Amino acid sequence: MRLSAAQVRRYVKPLVFLLLLLPAAWLAYNWYLAFEFKPNGLGFNPQETSNRFTGDWAMRLLLITLALTPISKIFKSPKPILFRRMIGNFAFFYVCLHLTSYVWLDMLFDWPELWKDVLKRLYITIGMASFLLLLPLAVTSTKGWIKRMGAKAWRRLHSAIYVIGPLVILHFIMMRKGFQLEPLIYGAILVVLLGFRGPRLFKYLSKRIQTARA
Amino acid sequence: MLIKNKKSWAVPENEVTPSGLYLNRRKFIAGTAGAIVGASALAGGLQGGAYGATDRDLLDLDYSKTGFDPGEALTAEAAITNYNNFYEYGTSKDDPAANAWRLEPKPWSVKVDGMVDKPATYAFEDLVDMKALEERIYRLRCVEAWSMVVPWIGVPLSAILNKIGVQSGVRYVAFETLADPRQMPGVRRKVLDWPYVEGLTVAEAMNPLAFIAVGLYGKEIPNQNGAPLRLVVPWKYGYKSIKSIVRIRLTDREPPTSWKKSAPREYGFYSNVNPLVDHPRWSQSRERRIGEFGRRKTLMFNGYGDEVAHLYAGMDLQANH
Repeated sequence: MRLSAAQVRRYVKPLVFLLLLLPAAWLAYNWYLAFEFKPNGLGFNPQETSNRFTGDWAMRLLLITLALTPISKIFKSPKPILFRRMIGNFAFFYVCLHLTSYVWLDMLFDWPELWKDVLKRLYITIGMASFLLLLPLAVTSTKGWIKRMGAKAWRRLHSAIYVIGPLVILHFIMMRKGFQLEPLIYGAILVVLLGFRGPRLFKYLSKRIQTARA
Repeated sequence: MLIKNKKSWAVPENEVTPSGLYLNRRKFIAGTAGAIVGASALAGGLQGGAYGATDRDLLDLDYSKTGFDPGEALTAEAAITNYNNFYEYGTSKDDPAANAWRLEPKPWSVKVDGMVDKPATYAFEDLVDMKALEERIYRLRCVEAWSMVVPWIGVPLSAILNKIGVQSGVRYVAFETLADPRQMPGVRRKVLDWPYVEGLTVAEAMNPLAFIAVGLYGKEIPNQNGAPLRLVVPWKYGYKSIKSIVRIRLTDREPPTSWKKSAPREYGFYSNVNPLVDHPRWSQSRERRIGEFGRRKTLMFNGYGDEVAHLYAGMDLQANH
């Protein structure tokens, strides 16, 4: 059975939407249990668990978002692109949960300590910078903003993700102690995904150089 | 009659915990304890019961009680034995409990060399006097800004050093952990430069607080906590308390230590708990006691200043961190 684009929009998208809510629902339910002093799945250091859980999901969804364009090119189908904005927004949603987990559950709104953390700890500085860079992308993710900005300017703004992606992975690598495997796997996936953009970036740059010379 | 000598490090709990959190504390612990039971039941179900402290029968130990007791609530045994940093078994906190069943702690021997009177490869039983075991309840402060209160059983490190004979001119004691890829799957990857190594100055090693633990919560120490013998130096960050020791070497030169080798910008040789010396990754001014919701203030030398501060008299603790 082949689904038309309209069918994908109508049936598959809402399903994926609900699926992507599941990790957040699991986390919220387990924190509810913890606050009720009931058995829960958050382990011995619930704050650490939820910081890592939300960060992991934000990163995974960011990588999936970046994978959709190459996938649609490889399979010569525009359908994966139908999910790109939604999953990108979900990545931002999990970034917000990540920040909430850190600021509320972990730091308990201790603003002076928090500010010191942001300034002193480079991986947190980089994490915060990534969040700030993501903000305009999230705000302009609606159809109205695409129209208002025009496709070209919108696309240029949203290519900021090629900077944010590496920053996010750097944040992850620096957070871990020693020489650990997991952040490097995420990093390798990002390198492959950015590699797909290589030819286009090369073309864009050589064009810029030519116009600069002319 | 039990005479309780309140030591300087026995800070009343109400001084270190904000009162609101303090009142909630036991309830939160109760909740987490339930979670622990739930989690281990689930994990046990998934792994056919081969999980955590149940890997081998841990024998009950004969030991005497001591005055080393901060008078704070003990961290739940399930937390102490399932939430571990022991990268030889993997880098996740639950990896050691899942993988440490591969370790064979009996029989065990420790190579003793360097500037000692009686260099030899000692059988575990010849090094640790199992008839002289004592219990010491110590705070444990991890560099990752969490902490526990642990009832260790073992012998003072000085007893072992006196047995092997410290020669004059010795300035440091170096320790080494087992690094056998068959027993420790984590060492197949170069997370750190294996084997794990640590060291103390002789003055630190001879300090009455320095302890070699062979037991925990009244029983033999589980593999994931460093069986069959590990160091415990409660005024230093947890990574100094090296586990599953296979070698003790006495030397006149500062020995290399694993985390300092791995990231010299972040870790020093002394690694004393110090809320004023900031680590590039974690603020060290506060800590989360496992089982509590909020953070408490971290104490200088983890609250053991009266016992150890004199070791560092006149030393710049910012530079020598």
